[in-house]
Amino acid sequence: MAEIRNFTMNFGPQHPAAHGVLRLVLEMDGEVIQKADPHIGLLHRGTEKLAESKPFNQSIGYMDRLDYVSMMCNEHAYVLAIERLLGIEPPLRAQFIRVMFDEITRILNHLMWLGAHGLDIGAMTVFLYCFREREDLMDCYEAVSGTRMHATYYRPGGVYRDLPDTMPQYQYNDWRSKKDVDRLNERRSGGLLDFIADFTRRFPACVDEYETLLTDNRIWKQRTVNIGVVSPERALQLGFSGPMLRGSGVEWDLRKKQSYEVYDRLDFDIPVGRNGDCYDRYLVRIEELRQSTKIVNQCVEWLRKNPGLVMLDDRKVRPPRREEMKGDMESLIHHFKLMTEGYSVPAGEVYAAIEAPKGELGVYLVSDGANKPYRLKVRAPGFAHLAALDEMVRGHMLADVVAVIGTQDIVFGEIDR
Amino acid sequence: MSSAGVPTPEPAAPGTPAGAGRTEQLAATLDRLFGDALVAIPGRPFDLTYEVRADRLLDVAARLRDAPELRFEMCMDVCGVDFLQHGVAEWKTVAATATGFSRGVSRVGASSEDIDESIAKGPAGGRRYAVVYHLLSISLNQRVRLRVFCADDEQPIVDSVCGIWASADWFEREAFDLFGILFRGHPDLRRLLTDYGFIGHPFRKDFPLSGNVEVRYDPEKGRVVYQPVTIDPRILVPKVIRRDNRYDPQLTNAPVAPVAGKPHG
Repeated sequence: MAEIRNFTMNFGPQHPAAHGVLRLVLEMDGEVIQKADPHIGLLHRGTEKLAESKPFNQSIGYMDRLDYVSMMCNEHAYVLAIERLLGIEPPLRAQFIRVMFDEITRILNHLMWLGAHGLDIGAMTVFLYCFREREDLMDCYEAVSGTRMHATYYRPGGVYRDLPDTMPQYQYNDWRSKKDVDRLNERRSGGLLDFIADFTRRFPACVDEYETLLTDNRIWKQRTVNIGVVSPERALQLGFSGPMLRGSGVEWDLRKKQSYEVYDRLDFDIPVGRNGDCYDRYLVRIEELRQSTKIVNQCVEWLRKNPGLVMLDDRKVRPPRREEMKGDMESLIHHFKLMTEGYSVPAGEVYAAIEAPKGELGVYLVSDGANKPYRLKVRAPGFAHLAALDEMVRGHMLADVVAVIGTQDIVFGEIDR
Repeated sequence: MSSAGVPTPEPAAPGTPAGAGRTEQLAATLDRLFGDALVAIPGRPFDLTYEVRADRLLDVAARLRDAPELRFEMCMDVCGVDFLQHGVAEWKTVAATATGFSRGVSRVGASSEDIDESIAKGPAGGRRYAVVYHLLSISLNQRVRLRVFCADDEQPIVDSVCGIWASADWFEREAFDLFGILFRGHPDLRRLLTDYGFIGHPFRKDFPLSGNVEVRYDPEKGRVVYQPVTIDPRILVPKVIRRDNRYDPQLTNAPVAPVAGKPHG
């Protein structure tokens, strides 16, 4: 009689549903997963080691490239850690701008997640819909920082510059008719805040559209309900955070529980799931899209009424403006020292955690009093989630692996660092 | 809709000025329960760091998780730290010598005497590798940081906390991979982030930033080969430690580094 053995299968690292470069070695009994062994590190760039060799400000740009679909949130955790060590606090307007862009980033991230997750388990249209709205939000990034993804906009002491009064415009060309361009530019005629306010008015209807496509869709529910169930006790043991934890029914959100910046002044709710399966995590993230829109709206209201500084007026951290530098010796010296050497941060250690779209993003920073970090450790939420992949997919079918990878919202930039 | 097993958290969070009272309370509780097993490390206000002896780690960790007034049910992060060059600057800026200030562009790697001197006076007290744990209690909304030093620099080893917090599994594998710290009792201590067949532990301070080997395509062999790196490591911006009177606790009455609080105004 033939010997029956488990079948070992290689999944990735170049697989469209692997969300980047995940290599999975799967041990299968027929089509049922017995064991999943993720091999990661194919995108390891040594960000933390690189940061040790550079002045603090030069590493902000590296943070964008960690979780490259929620760029500004990574900057936020890093900048917050530096600020706590320096003992400085940004002006209130900068805090509101940060919160607004954190939430814009959350929407960006969840749209990317929803589109990719849908595409993975067979819903093509929702991907196109999500990218339509993502485009507008990336225009906000562009307006404020000049780049559409890797913004490097947050700085210790505030943000790089104030919100612009104009939006970038589309240009006429051979491929785009005047009528099309005028239609696209109509919303872009005002300042950035007008554009964002217009977006928050339009966006809830868009979320309704996604829900029409998915929430009661029979195929969608067959692929997600009761798949990858995690009990609240296991979720805590496995170090879950963000929607992965809330999907299991644990009411925990750093924005509420360990509030930072101005979240304690804003009105929003924390959606919590019940069953801890892929479908509940989907519902949690969809509701977060609505809640984030609400937060962005409140920030826009406040920012319209309260002009002011967006960067701390501290010459030891903020380089002086060009005009000041040209006429003032003291400013010239400060500019020179900040650009060539950077600022020194007092010795000590700090752990700054924020509620990133994927969960708790923590930055552990050890300083020995130098102008560079002594040790930087980024605690990526996705790292803990992927570590639990084995437990989540055991006993499921091969096709469900894709659903579980999707629901974990895996991005390798932050996992491999 | 919080589940039955997980009670609703309390509002004020330690780590913020609003939770300052509760931070002190937590410090007192830890002191009462553990005595000399936990040594408090002075740091920023509202931020608790404790040093644990390596042989007491498992006992302390289990009690931190289970004691009803602590309930640290989550281990958010485990990471290694190498204290080899802690407090060693690449550019001397305080005492000018007869030749004046150096240019601060020398090759990587301070002289060995400098490094030895720094270890003795650094926070590590002569020891090199530490493992840092960040614990979080969701039910009581509090955080604490533990630091364990490895006794032996040649073969750093600490007990694995995988049995207490399952989340420590991959974090410990990462610390093993990047720092070469061994975790006694870990179920599956393999490399995690580096390449298959990688030699060395890249996050150690004596591992060069540009690495030891590079890959190139060898047209004669018809495949990709490894060879020693051809670039010289060099310092772009020298590491400088400035004595800053603003942060000197003896010169100012302010706390060591005031926490980024919220004045609401």
